Amino acid sequence: MNPQPPEAADADPAADAALERALILATQAGLPLTPRPFATLAEQLGSDADTVRAGFAAMQARGAIRRIGALPDHYALGYVANGMTVWDIDDAQLRDCGRRLGALGFVSHCYHRPRSLPAWPYNLFAMVHAHDRAEVEARRAEMRALLGSACRADAVLYSTRILKKTGLRIGA
Amino acid sequence: MSRPAATRPALDAADRALINRLQRGLPLVDAPYAAVGAELGLSEAEVLQRLQSLLDRRVLTRFGPLFHAERLGGALLLAALAVPQADFERIAALVNAFPEVAHNYEREHALNMWFVLATATPAALEAAILGIEAATGLPVHRFPKLEEFYVGLYLPA
Repeated sequence: MNPQPPEAADADPAADAALERALILATQAGLPLTPRPFATLAEQLGSDADTVRAGFAAMQARGAIRRIGALPDHYALGYVANGMTVWDIDDAQLRDCGRRLGALGFVSHCYHRPRSLPAWPYNLFAMVHAHDRAEVEARRAEMRALLGSACRADAVLYSTRILKKTGLRIGA
Repeated sequence: MSRPAATRPALDAADRALINRLQRGLPLVDAPYAAVGAELGLSEAEVLQRLQSLLDRRVLTRFGPLFHAERLGGALLLAALAVPQADFERIAALVNAFPEVAHNYEREHALNMWFVLATATPAALEAAILGIEAATGLPVHRFPKLEEFYVGLYLPA
């Protein structure tokens, strides 16, 4: 895994990139569930635990990895009402509105996406996960009040079935 | 698709505390499971055993680095189809057969199939979209992310 001579390894961006790529591929299925997971990865990759941890820290610092964490199954935790709320917002006020919705504690993702007219007039998307639809509707009322006249129309699309969920696969 | 309450996995207080703690991110220390256990009053062995059980029971779908695909050079796209109801299952199978489709959800709307495409390059993304249009005979509505205001899924257990 480390073909560089030792004196060049620390400052070699190509070696860093190769290590990061190897770490991504080695952890796509998950982090090892061993007492010292970074040492376990280091063993697999012919590196050492400190180098592996530094690699993750670097990726986290520049946002390539958001965090090392757990993704729950919404339904297993009782979040059975998963609504994609969508909003038709005046373009001039979009960024302000996006920041307002994004700051709400119950919004998990909030993005500006393009309209697809005539089928789709909405340009702001915010995901709301709740225990039932009444809770989602209460959240929507709160969001609507927050957006005021900047919002011309809105809708919510509830998911009724997961058709596929394999997660991200990043090729070698 | 929602599991009826009766078949929902049983979680005790320690499971819930662990789920909540691990959603916030693992510390980058040499023995991170011991560190998390110390915060919660659990031994390292108990953290590892509970985490494995939560994954086995699919309470957690994944535990590991949460990647930001675009910052790794990959391409992501949210896309949707308006699928005639009578043809829904056949079209779902066609779309799911594309390895580039990472998630696919049925939603209540005229645009009733919403999926995320993830590829190593933008060119591969475009090829997948054209492939899906050719296979299904339906136009793909594209909803690329223009600006991200917030991303931070946290579901208290």
